[in-house]
Amino acid sequence: MAITMIKGQVGLTGNSAIAYAMKQINPDVCAAYPITPSTQVVEEFSSYVADGKVDTEFITVESEHSAMSACIGASAAGARVMTATSSQGLALMWEMLYIASGMRLPIVLTDVNRALSAPINIHCDHSDSMGARDSGWIQIYSETVQEAYDNLFQAVRIAENEKVLLPVMVCLDGFITSHAIENISLIVDDDIKQFIGEYKAQHPLLDTDHPVTYGAMTLPDTYIEFKRQQSEAIARAKDVVSEIGKEFGNRFGREYGLMEKYKLDDAEAAIVILSSAAGTTKVAVDELRKAGKKVGILRPRLFRPFPFEEIAGALKNVKAVAVLDRADSMSGFGGPLFNEIRSALYELEKRPKVVSRIFGLGGRDYMVKDAVQVFDELLGIFKTGKIETLMKYITL
Amino acid sequence: MAEKKNLPIGGVITEAGTAHEYVTGGWRKLKPLLDKGKCTNCLICWVMCPDSAIVVQDGKMIGFDMEHCKGCGICAEECPDKVKAIKMEEEAG
Repeated sequence: MAITMIKGQVGLTGNSAIAYAMKQINPDVCAAYPITPSTQVVEEFSSYVADGKVDTEFITVESEHSAMSACIGASAAGARVMTATSSQGLALMWEMLYIASGMRLPIVLTDVNRALSAPINIHCDHSDSMGARDSGWIQIYSETVQEAYDNLFQAVRIAENEKVLLPVMVCLDGFITSHAIENISLIVDDDIKQFIGEYKAQHPLLDTDHPVTYGAMTLPDTYIEFKRQQSEAIARAKDVVSEIGKEFGNRFGREYGLMEKYKLDDAEAAIVILSSAAGTTKVAVDELRKAGKKVGILRPRLFRPFPFEEIAGALKNVKAVAVLDRADSMSGFGGPLFNEIRSALYELEKRPKVVSRIFGLGGRDYMVKDAVQVFDELLGIFKTGKIETLMKYITL
Repeated sequence: MAEKKNLPIGGVITEAGTAHEYVTGGWRKLKPLLDKGKCTNCLICWVMCPDSAIVVQDGKMIGFDMEHCKGCGICAEECPDKVKAIKMEEEAG
C-alpha cells in the first residue's frame, strides 16, 4: 500500500502502522506466520521485503513455534529480529518465549491481542499476552495506533539496551486498534535510523573467530544464578523504559511514561485499565467530571516489569479503585491486572478499596455507559466505605 | 559466590571446546572392552561414537577415552559383524 502523507498526518490502521514501523526499522530478520488479527502486519511487511524496500531476510515458517525458533536462532546469530502474532500463535510460541528471554535475546514482537480458544474467537481480549506475562518478556500495552507505532521504535531501544537485553512484546487491541484507521504522525526514516542506531550483538554466533555456545545445560549449581540475573535485568528495564520514553518525547514531541494518568490527581474513584478501552473510559470521565464527579483513570503502559511503586504512588489518594481486566486468570480471584494492582497497593498505610471487573472478553463491546456504571459503583463504595461485590463480570 | 555473579549473560559459553572439561564417564553403566586381536582398524566406531571417546593413534584404534565414554554401546553395535572386536560389560560387577 502506498502511504502518502498529508500535512504530516496519515490515516493508517494499527496493522499498517506496525508494518510501516517495521519497514522503517529495517530489521535483519523477520520470521512470522500470519494469524488474525495481526495478519496484515506480516502481509504488508512481506510486501516491503518482496519490493526490496527493506534488507530483511524474511523466513517463512510452518508454525508460530517455528517462527519464534527462527527468531531465536537469528537473534543469537547477531541479527536484529522482529515478528508479529496473535492469540493461538502466541500460545504456540509459549515454549520458545521462555528460551528467547532466558538467552537474553532482544527480539521485538508485536502481539495484536486476541482471545484464546476455546470457544474459538478471533476478537480482542488480553488472554493471549496475559498468558505470556511470566515468560520474561517486557510487555508494553498501546492505547492507540499512534502509540503502537511509537512503541515499536522504543521497544527496539529497550530490548537492545545493554542493561536490559531482553525481548519486548508490544501489544495493541485486535480489530479495535489493529483494523481501525487513525490519523497518525509518521516519523521520517532518517530520524528513526538515528533513534534506533545500529545493533551490535555482544556474542553473535556467526562470529567464528570468537565461537560461543547458546542454550547449554545448567545444573543446580548455576541455573538459579542465571534466573536471578534475568530477574534483575527485567527489574532494571523499568527505568530504561522511562528514559527511552522521555528521549522519544524530546526528539519527536510525544513523550511516554510507565503509565498514563488521566484526571487522576484529585480523583476519589478511579478505573485502572489497559490499551484501547482506556479511550472509552476517558469519555466517561469527561462526562462525569462535567457533572462534578471526581473520577479518573490510570492506564498502565508497562505491564512487565510491573512498576508497582509508581502505581501505588499514583493511586494512594484514590479511595475506590476498579481494575478492569480484559482477561480472566481463572484463579477464582479476579483478573491478572487486578491481582497485580491490589498487591502493589498492599504496602500503602492507607489503601484504597479495590474491586475486580472483567469486561470485553472475546471482543464484547465496552461502552461509555459500562464505564459510567463502574464509576457509579465506585462512588458508592467511596461514600459507604464498603465493597458489595469484590469481583464480577461486566458488559454481559 | 563472587565468580557466580560474573556468569556470562544468558548462559552463553564464550569459549569453544569446553565440553572436553566436562567429565561424563561417571554416567556409565556398561563399559566397552576392545579385543585388539580382532580389530581391523576400520574406525567405524570412531565415526559413530557420539562422545568422540574412541582414541585413535597413527590411524589405529587404540582404546577408549573412559573420562567421556558414557557406555552407550554404539561402538560395539557398529563394529562389523565379521569382526565384533568390542563387547560391552557391566561397569561394576
